[in-house]
Amino acid sequence: MTKNTSQGADDLDAPWITQDDLPVKKYQIIDENGEYDPEDVPELTTEEFVDLYRWMLVEKRYAERMINLQRRGEMGTVGSSRGHEASIVGSGYALTDDDYLLAMGRETSAMLMKGVSLRDILLFWRGIDDAQKYLAQRNCMIGISVGGYLPVVTGIGWGMNITDTDAVVTAHFGDGATSTGAFHEAVNFAGVLDAPAIFYCQNNQWAISTPFEKQTNANSIAQRAVGYGLHGIRVDGNDVLATYHAMSEARELARQGNPVLFEGLTYRREGHSTSDDPTQYRDRDEVEPWLDRDPIERYESFLKSEGLWDEVDEEAMVAEVDEEFDAAIEAANAYGPRDVEELFVYLYDELPSELEDQLRELERSLEELDELEEYIERRPKG
Amino acid sequence: MPETIIDAINMALTEEMERDERVVVFGEDVAETGGVFRATEGLKDKFGGTRVVDTPLSEIAIAGGAVGLAVFGLRPVAEIQFSGFLPPAFDQLVTHASRMRWRTRGEWSAPLVVRTPYGAGIRALEHHSESLEGAYAHIPGLKVVIPSTPYDTKGLLKASIRDPDPVLFMEPKHVYRSVREDVPADDYEVPIGEAAVRREGEDVTVISWGAMMHKTLEAVEKIDVDAEVIDLRTISPMDRETIVESVKKTGRCVVVHEAPKSGGWASEIIATINDEVLMYLEAPIERVTGFDIPVPLLSMEDYYIPHPPRIAEAIERVAE
Repeated sequence: MTKNTSQGADDLDAPWITQDDLPVKKYQIIDENGEYDPEDVPELTTEEFVDLYRWMLVEKRYAERMINLQRRGEMGTVGSSRGHEASIVGSGYALTDDDYLLAMGRETSAMLMKGVSLRDILLFWRGIDDAQKYLAQRNCMIGISVGGYLPVVTGIGWGMNITDTDAVVTAHFGDGATSTGAFHEAVNFAGVLDAPAIFYCQNNQWAISTPFEKQTNANSIAQRAVGYGLHGIRVDGNDVLATYHAMSEARELARQGNPVLFEGLTYRREGHSTSDDPTQYRDRDEVEPWLDRDPIERYESFLKSEGLWDEVDEEAMVAEVDEEFDAAIEAANAYGPRDVEELFVYLYDELPSELEDQLRELERSLEELDELEEYIERRPKG
Repeated sequence: MPETIIDAINMALTEEMERDERVVVFGEDVAETGGVFRATEGLKDKFGGTRVVDTPLSEIAIAGGAVGLAVFGLRPVAEIQFSGFLPPAFDQLVTHASRMRWRTRGEWSAPLVVRTPYGAGIRALEHHSESLEGAYAHIPGLKVVIPSTPYDTKGLLKASIRDPDPVLFMEPKHVYRSVREDVPADDYEVPIGEAAVRREGEDVTVISWGAMMHKTLEAVEKIDVDAEVIDLRTISPMDRETIVESVKKTGRCVVVHEAPKSGGWASEIIATINDEVLMYLEAPIERVTGFDIPVPLLSMEDYYIPHPPRIAEAIERVAE
């Protein structure tokens, strides 16, 4: 792969355009060494500065405990968010309750901020269908089909416009999703509609085993915004303040009818999911430097420089998160009872007779075939 | 002059937009020109550019946009210009529209209509003549409706717009303007999920829908068999009762559709008869269908379409 740079076009006659014509800057407030210009720091209260830290701890601790649960066989396949804490928290912190958030699954704390309970996140990863009901009550949805839900996001934004609703809709998705046709159509149409939509790409540089360079020949995701006539930005997604501040501005732009393509540049430290072994396709050498760029440590050094670190009782925060997590597991374990009827009755507003017959047939077979229930009991659950 | 199917579509859309301000109509070329078949003519003038919208050439975004609008509480009626262009949008219907209610356990839903002209016979190029209703009817959660008359078109389209679930409304474009009947200006619905008996008879049950309904009726008129002709009208959910009751009476059945034979909806109808009334059958059930090939381009499409002589022969054979 050779990048489309001005080099190839320099000696030609026609006025070719290349990526070099559009250098995309990375927006950053706190740099990798924790340095920053005080002028650039957004105006937040002490409480808010500390809150951002607490949320990142929530995200980190949640990811660690989920992986532990999965390894103990108490959870289905999960995708760790380690390394994405600033990207998830910074983007989620800018949203309000009325906003919609359609996620790809690696955005737990952003959904918790919108009022989703941790229990329901656990239910989701246990494959308990009711989880999305509770997410929807908080204007959230997890779309598993990569890129496929982006046109729905455009439609929700369109609906906000038609009904004069003062809110925005955001799609969170990964770099892989940007190669789908649905991404293109969704983003392009959002531009035509002036939809209050924010397309938030967490570019963590890996789509399972495919690196960003194989996903696209473009230097950035953000530069595509110009092609669609949207506002775009590339932000250091490991810098929680830059992410939060840019997302707040994105929200304002979107509310005014300017959809935004937002690229949060971060790194997936662990596998795509617990079913994935990243050592098969990427070198430790690549991962190491990113471990040194921990978004939480970077923000910690900022809080220290600002004299705010005394406000943080990290031990108590972790203890509190653990307590909440324990309670959520307990609630998830107690969830139920469930019945096969739920699999049928929610497909249509009214159950068609054919489907009712199929439900009765399933109930009959469970009633009469003793081995069937036993067989199902023996099947793995996670 | 009595109304055409195109007139009926326009009437239904106009009346529903007047009745319910949540109804929005959009698609490629639907607003300024009124659609390539003029089904949406005049709507933009009447209801304005916010509710009648020309979209980019983006089938995925049209279908996905409809899902988002529906989730947000509107009542989108999207047009896909030809059903041959529906496959890119299929993902949105399968992955989101059909299962939004199920996914969120009733919290969200997707009450949308996707209208699309389907079928051969208009002397078109590639991708303008398909009949893939069987593929769409296979999707749990998606209703598939195909009218064959102007009266039903208006009533079924109104019912589809009011339906709380997603409906794929496939319009028999071959008979868009060739079939006429008086369509009342009243507000009426033709219920989704109910077949119609177009002709009562004792000898053979003949089941069809859409444009093939008219070929079937033409065939029946020419033969000396007392056929009972059923217009399915809704492919999914299917009216099993009407089929079963008729086959109980006649003991014989022919299914006619334009779609390819293998895995076509006739297979499902025959399986239903097998489940419910096998012992009433006096002869094997026959299918008269398109072939398992792409619909030929205009110069040879008539070799593909099940024309009345093929239908008549099958009915006579089954009646013997």
